[in-house]
Amino acid sequence: MDRYSFLRQLADSWVLLALVLVFLGVILFVFRPGARRLHRDAAESIFRNEKKPASGEPVAPGKKEVK
Amino acid sequence: MWDTFKLIALGVVAVFAAIAANYARDLAYMVNALTVMLAAGLTFMWVLRNMEGERVAAPANEYLDGVVRAGVIATAGWGVVGFLVGVIIAAQLAWPVLNFSDAAQGYLNFGKLRPLHTSAVIFAFGGNALIATSFYVVQRSCATRLWGGNLAWFVFWGYNLFIVLAASGYILGATHSKEYAEPEWHVDLWLTIVWVAYLAVYLGTIMRRREPHIYVANWFYLSFIVTIAMLHIINNLAVPVSVFGSKSVQLFGGVQDAMTQWWYGHNAVGFFLTAGFLGMMYYFIPKQAERPVYSYKLSIIHFWALIFMYIWAGPHHLHYTALPEWAATLGMVFSIMLWMPSWGGMINGLMTLSGAWDKLRTDPILRMMVVAVGFYGMATFEGPMMSIKAVNSLSHYTDWTIGHVHSGALGWNGMITFGALYYLTPRLWGRERLYSLPAVSWHFWLATIGLVLYASSMWVSGIMEGLMWREVDSQGFLVNAFADTVIAKYPMLIVRTLGGVFFLAGGVVMCWNLWATVARQPRVADTRVAVPAE
Repeated sequence: MDRYSFLRQLADSWVLLALVLVFLGVILFVFRPGARRLHRDAAESIFRNEKKPASGEPVAPGKKEVK
Repeated sequence: MWDTFKLIALGVVAVFAAIAANYARDLAYMVNALTVMLAAGLTFMWVLRNMEGERVAAPANEYLDGVVRAGVIATAGWGVVGFLVGVIIAAQLAWPVLNFSDAAQGYLNFGKLRPLHTSAVIFAFGGNALIATSFYVVQRSCATRLWGGNLAWFVFWGYNLFIVLAASGYILGATHSKEYAEPEWHVDLWLTIVWVAYLAVYLGTIMRRREPHIYVANWFYLSFIVTIAMLHIINNLAVPVSVFGSKSVQLFGGVQDAMTQWWYGHNAVGFFLTAGFLGMMYYFIPKQAERPVYSYKLSIIHFWALIFMYIWAGPHHLHYTALPEWAATLGMVFSIMLWMPSWGGMINGLMTLSGAWDKLRTDPILRMMVVAVGFYGMATFEGPMMSIKAVNSLSHYTDWTIGHVHSGALGWNGMITFGALYYLTPRLWGRERLYSLPAVSWHFWLATIGLVLYASSMWVSGIMEGLMWREVDSQGFLVNAFADTVIAKYPMLIVRTLGGVFFLAGGVVMCWNLWATVARQPRVADTRVAVPAE
């Protein structure tokens, strides 16, 4: 099989399936239990720190605390 | 020490630019090289003069707002320039004598000025607005100062140098002949460098954030930065004919080139004019309405749905061409699917005002933002409809497309940017309020009326053109010559020009209002950084 046909077939089948699953997974993840509080906090985060940066250390990646 | 390095580098750049100007094979390249030489020389002087004196460390407990202020000024200025060129070329279409082809030797013809207009409004006005607002939003929502010290200033000046190089190149004849990607290879390379710096500043700031969650506006801005980098590099793959000339040859040819171009072109709409400006929407509308976004969950779904779908929509620009049928159908289907996430986002923006609709009566800035979201909804309905092959066979190549683009660009991008500029100016310069709210209302109505005149005249003209082009008599012969349609749409072209004049007038009113806000009012709040008066 030449390269074009191979890539074409791969894109039409497995890659398409994988992308759709990732997409659906992302949407389901949004509705995970316990997300409501995080989302409300995130939506309100823009009303903090208007004039100057927060003091203290940067948030380490992966740290989940909510102030 | 660092300054010495900078001086050496700038000196080397200036010398090489001078050499390039000397060996230049065409006028556009020579002018570009001289511009670079001048820019490097001026920066050299500036660095040299600021070497003396104490080195003050950047205060980490303050936001870097100087670059945002500069961006606001650049946005307003470039906006008026872009609108003005738009009015001029609209008038040229109605009255071709305005090309002044003999007097200007063809340098001011429609063909030269048209890319100047599109680049000025999209990249100069829109790009500066995106860079300025993204720097403002990322600092506030991450509660930290911009990363990279003066790198943000490099992004601002570098980007504006790119615009000057591109614009002067167009007039003097350097063009890739790719829509919205006209700058030639040497200018493209410069933009790539600036864009990498932009990405570094943005990511660096996000990585040092003091908020645990990355606010959704930043997701949109970041997707805009990353995707534009990818699109820009792949669509501009070209081999220069000479290092000392602006001419280059595209790597792709034929239908591959066309597909790459419209993959780029449509995603420039999707990620530059949509995702980036949605970042503005998700920050400035909640802030101006003083209530959080209607549904944060919906905003996340909006984001991922746009990201997953937009990238496939490009082929709808190439219906009924040499492009394979399946590719065109794919583009059409994804365009139609895009309708839903777009309207999800529109509803999210509009419903943010639920319980605060009364503010629309008293707050013209919020009104502007809401109309912007309304036009986002209209344009994202019209677009999928026009991507359907049957509709496209009528609309393509006609003024309908132009009308569609402008209801998106003037209505959505323009209005949300105006709203953001009105929001930012008093805050950035520490003024209590805008100088004149009635002037904002004036701007609002001038822009809206201009927009309605523009869109409606282009609908009439476009559908008429489409119908006239396909009209056949009983023998199967075409009824109309192309020139017949040109004559028939003369009144619509005049109305369109008038609409542009209205929109431009609104922009001038805004510039006056923003200037007066800063110059005619005392400073009340501490902006923390000394700002030179206008």
